Amino acid sequence: MKVSTGIKIVNGIAIGKLKVYKAPVYDIDMSLTDDTAVELKRFEEARVKVQAQQHLLYEKALKEAGEDSAGIFEAHEMMLDDDDLIDACKSIIEDQKHKADYATKVGFDNVAQMFKEMDDPYFQARSADIVDLKNAMLDVLLGNDTASLQGTDPSILVAEDLAPSETVKLDKSLLLGLVTREGSSNSHTAILARSMNLPTLIQCKDIDDSWDGKFAILDGYNSCLYIEPTQDLVDSLTARKKEDQKSEALLQELKGKESSTIDGRVVRVYANIGGPSDIGSVQANDAEGVGLFRSEFVYLNSSEDPSEDAQFEAYKRVVETLSPKLVIIRTCDIGADKTIDYMKLDKEENPALGYRAIRICLTRKEFFKRQLRALLRASAYGNLGIMFPMIISLAEVRECKEVLSECRKELEEKGVKVGKFETGIMIETPAAALCADELAEEVDFFSLGTNDLTQYTCAIDRQNAKLEPFADTHHPAVLRLIRMTIEAGHRHNTWVGICGELGADLTLTEEFLRMGVDELSVNPKSVLPLRKKIRSLDLSK
Amino acid sequence: MKEFKFTVTDPVGIHARPAGILVKEIKKFSSKVMIANKDGKEADGAKLLALMGLGIKQGDEISVKVTGDDEDTCAAAVEAFLKENL
Repeated sequence: MKVSTGIKIVNGIAIGKLKVYKAPVYDIDMSLTDDTAVELKRFEEARVKVQAQQHLLYEKALKEAGEDSAGIFEAHEMMLDDDDLIDACKSIIEDQKHKADYATKVGFDNVAQMFKEMDDPYFQARSADIVDLKNAMLDVLLGNDTASLQGTDPSILVAEDLAPSETVKLDKSLLLGLVTREGSSNSHTAILARSMNLPTLIQCKDIDDSWDGKFAILDGYNSCLYIEPTQDLVDSLTARKKEDQKSEALLQELKGKESSTIDGRVVRVYANIGGPSDIGSVQANDAEGVGLFRSEFVYLNSSEDPSEDAQFEAYKRVVETLSPKLVIIRTCDIGADKTIDYMKLDKEENPALGYRAIRICLTRKEFFKRQLRALLRASAYGNLGIMFPMIISLAEVRECKEVLSECRKELEEKGVKVGKFETGIMIETPAAALCADELAEEVDFFSLGTNDLTQYTCAIDRQNAKLEPFADTHHPAVLRLIRMTIEAGHRHNTWVGICGELGADLTLTEEFLRMGVDELSVNPKSVLPLRKKIRSLDLSK
Repeated sequence: MKEFKFTVTDPVGIHARPAGILVKEIKKFSSKVMIANKDGKEADGAKLLALMGLGIKQGDEISVKVTGDDEDTCAAAVEAFLKENL
């Protein structure tokens, strides 16, 4: 097995035979002729023909790749009308007595050179467009048949490079993937490949003609091509490809659809994320909002206490990018189990029951206020929810709200804009669940942290594998506390969501919906399967 | 002669597609339209490749000179096009 690495342009897995694509060769006739009229006619006929071809390519690209990618072919049509270009080619025929083939080559090459010498990458890249048009002209003048370059069976195409028109001309039903030796990620070929969702690798420097016909797998996830892969690789990548196809199908089916039951009950399906780099997956999986944004990354990615400004930039980015979707950011949830040197946390016997999260924040006011001010500033840029973790008492909630109020006053005095935002707490301790009525009066929402709630309620250490036989993820006590929390919340107009793992457990979805849960926040990959489940339920039955 | 300046706001600058449509617009009129980039380099607005060759990018100020029988309507049309598309 040989492995060739390149740069991934379009992700995905392609499995099949390789076909080495050979661009046509142009044998330019350099001889002179006195019959300039004939040559002028040949040139003009080719020009008109290529213009018509570009128009057909425009229409094909429009269907397969969309307006923006197709636009380049429209521009090609217009370039072929350029007086300077046409006059230059004609004068080579009339004055220098060359044939249309040579006149085309020189005329177009000169314009290509002009673009290449410009110092902006966009204009430099146009040079390739001119060469593409030149070759299209020469194909017509020389009578080249470009149709048979792909073979008759679906294959992974291997080429030096592909001009935009070559990419669009390709028969998609015969194309499994694309690998080129050259290419840039902003070339039109890359743009077209992306809009066609074709697994593509560029800059694979060791492409070889001897690969023609060999079985291979293009692995976009690892940016490489396996030529004659081992059986293990074939098995694992085939399985991966099947998974990809299933997710893709699910996405097509459910994207943009409402998360509502057959009998019309609407539930919010949000995503749990851990940092700004996850923003993409929120959109990609069509989550309706973020039910839990873990802010710990801000503390873990820093070698010292992160400044208010650094935090503000991070929170603003998420809130703004996802606006108007609701983004609920949980305040610092760190404990002694996560080693962050600058926090100077003492080692504890029972970190799960120890000095952590809101307890740290309420005893290190300046630390807490830095985060709160950053959050309040970010609230002006989108739809924010602030959530306090590890709550066990009413006094804690009241204190949090006081500190929040102080921060808000401080900012407003400085003239800093604070937007609207919701305030909520995690219900992850039995104490909070059992006092939910009192707590509901103080906040806009609850979010049930079922992982910790289960741990504390059943007195089982989540990390201890020995306790497996005693653990019951669907323990009736936990389900009862969830029900109590939802009902208490609703008595006080507080909406209730679940952000713990149980939210993604499809065997419990119906039960949670019957309890009246308002929102389920799950890992991004579970969003669409959950939506599918909700849409299959009929609570009136 | 009519003359006006314009600052390009499009992120790609004067690129192939809008340039092509601008050239088509200009060709409708009999007036000659000369467009100069920020370095003073000039190109005939009816010539697509020459126009693109000016390498006009976002933030660049260009100056447009229109001369001919229909220079008033031509200048107005060109300015409107630039404002709308670039």
